[in-house]
Amino acid sequence: MATSPLLEILSRGRPAEAHRPWPRFVVGGDLWIALTNGLVERHWTLAGLWGDDGAVHMALIEEASQSLAIATYDCPDGRYPSVGKYHPPAIRPERALHDLFGLEPEGLPDTRPWLDHGRWPVRHPLAAEPAAGTEAQPYRFLPAEGEGLHQIPVGPVHAGIIEPGHFRFTANGETVVRLEERLGYTHKGTERLMASMPVTEAARLAARISGDSTVAYGIAFASATEAALGIEVPARAHWLRALMAEIERLANHFGDIGAVCNDAAFAMMLAHCGALRERLLRAAAAAFGHRLMMDRVVPGGVAADLDETGIAAIRDAVRIASAAFPRLIELYDNTASLQDRMIGTGIVSSALVHRYGCGGFVGRASGRGFDARRTLPYPPYDALDFEVPVLNQGDVGARVWIRIREAQQSMALIGQILDRLPDGPHHVPATGSGPGEGVGIAEGFRGDVLACVAVDGDGKVRRCHLRDPSWFQWPLLEAAIEGNIVADFPLCNKSFNCSYSGHDL
Amino acid sequence: MRKMLLNGLIHPPLTEAGPTADEIAALAAELDHAARRRLGRSLSIREVDAGSCNGCELEVNALGNAFYDLERFGIRFVASPRHADVLLVTGPVTLNMKEALERTWNATPDPKWVVAAGACALDGGLFKESYACAGGVHAVIPVDLHIPGCPPTPMQLLAGLLALMER
Repeated sequence: MATSPLLEILSRGRPAEAHRPWPRFVVGGDLWIALTNGLVERHWTLAGLWGDDGAVHMALIEEASQSLAIATYDCPDGRYPSVGKYHPPAIRPERALHDLFGLEPEGLPDTRPWLDHGRWPVRHPLAAEPAAGTEAQPYRFLPAEGEGLHQIPVGPVHAGIIEPGHFRFTANGETVVRLEERLGYTHKGTERLMASMPVTEAARLAARISGDSTVAYGIAFASATEAALGIEVPARAHWLRALMAEIERLANHFGDIGAVCNDAAFAMMLAHCGALRERLLRAAAAAFGHRLMMDRVVPGGVAADLDETGIAAIRDAVRIASAAFPRLIELYDNTASLQDRMIGTGIVSSALVHRYGCGGFVGRASGRGFDARRTLPYPPYDALDFEVPVLNQGDVGARVWIRIREAQQSMALIGQILDRLPDGPHHVPATGSGPGEGVGIAEGFRGDVLACVAVDGDGKVRRCHLRDPSWFQWPLLEAAIEGNIVADFPLCNKSFNCSYSGHDL
Repeated sequence: MRKMLLNGLIHPPLTEAGPTADEIAALAAELDHAARRRLGRSLSIREVDAGSCNGCELEVNALGNAFYDLERFGIRFVASPRHADVLLVTGPVTLNMKEALERTWNATPDPKWVVAAGACALDGGLFKESYACAGGVHAVIPVDLHIPGCPPTPMQLLAGLLALMER
């Protein structure tokens, strides 16, 4: 491994025991601030910031040395130096952390609640001693002042069949001058439910953080749990997980490509892509017994083995898709009215995606090539041959093209996996020696999903945090729409396709 | 594009037969006859995600694809509750969505029906015990029909919606 300035700083802290496979260090105020400075200066990237009982954790990725590490700041007095004060991507996580744990980020410029809308019977529900709930207060949206400005409130119930969230547009005529998101509507209290659950039960909740990424969450949670318990998963299980992950990626990309075109009033792409997606989901049901492959990745391996019928169903669906896809790409690329809507719409700058550590197609369409399968490789991707497409335009069109190229890669990967699928058991019992702590990362279709799990001596979850890629994509949607017309918002939003449920937890 | 359109004319459609009478009857038994007579052969649905994991939404969206072709049954999704006969509600109803769901229900003109889709919508499902959830759609607004599944398959959803109509 290359030398790592990140690990060099962290090693001045106190290493946590039994934290696998990446290390965790307990740091003091000086080091915490040094790490924050490193984020501002882009030496490393913020991969998550979450609370615990009297402590704050921050996950950091240093791409150059391909390392991930976690820093913990103990705050028995309930206060910690705000990271968001200097590094804006941490603002929303710190607001959420305050809502859930009541820990005060000292110096955080935005102290409005985020997940807590004043509707719960408790305040700080994850704190050791939660307080009684308070009346809902009106939410103060950020001001936008000037002649001729008007506001358009949208949501939380939207016109389409999508998840709930509120968008507050300030527009001058047709042009958006400011968009502010308000999220948290789908907050289900998942992290508190997980605490004290046996790992196998908690895995079912992890599979329902964001239904479209159920396999990615399954892999992230299972690998974190397995690391915490010191379980070795058989090779076949790793390969079957990757097979499911690529089917999930492909199905979602087909769905998204169709849906983005449909939002530009080109329904034909949706019809064709929708049929390809449906065929894949049916193949998944035939192979794994569930269309979305929910609960098929479990701690210890996969829930069911793949048989010849399943293999044939997957090969069939992929064969049809790879035959039909080139014609669809041509149709997409050669329809001038469609391209007119895509090109130059909703541009996100490369500087912003790097600053926010924005993953998935949003990051890769703006020049950030991070892909957990490549940068922090996990089996079997270290043995597979694939490309990570990167573009620099940063517009809706680029985000569609990244999906197109990734769909092609996934089809090839599915073939490779099926050709080389190792024999052997697909599962081992998920029992091991706790207590322990584990980190898992998995590249879902939307981006990297991070899971951090602490397991106690009885094999039950003590604390689990799951970080959706949307945390670092949602804020950039606000930037992408600026200066575009209101009518292009659905297009921009769909091209991001952030998860509400994954973000709200 | 011309070639693709031509292919569409030559090849048979992908659309498959709907759910069988038995599948529909099983769900129809839950409903009172008056509802079915009143709705006749057409249904306008407003979908409300009351805190689902988005798995249900994926399958509701799939109803529109060529294999299920929802609109051939006279069923369509509308953009406003004011145009709807039916609210199709998913999710355990998070407390943060409770008021929005109530307001959507109030905005839907009478007569109206509520279909709760998915395991969460029945009683909160895995999120039943959460501090942040109301524990199912029935805890907030009256429910006429529940479609099981996590998430329900498009065929299950279709059978449930057809059960609402007199067919």
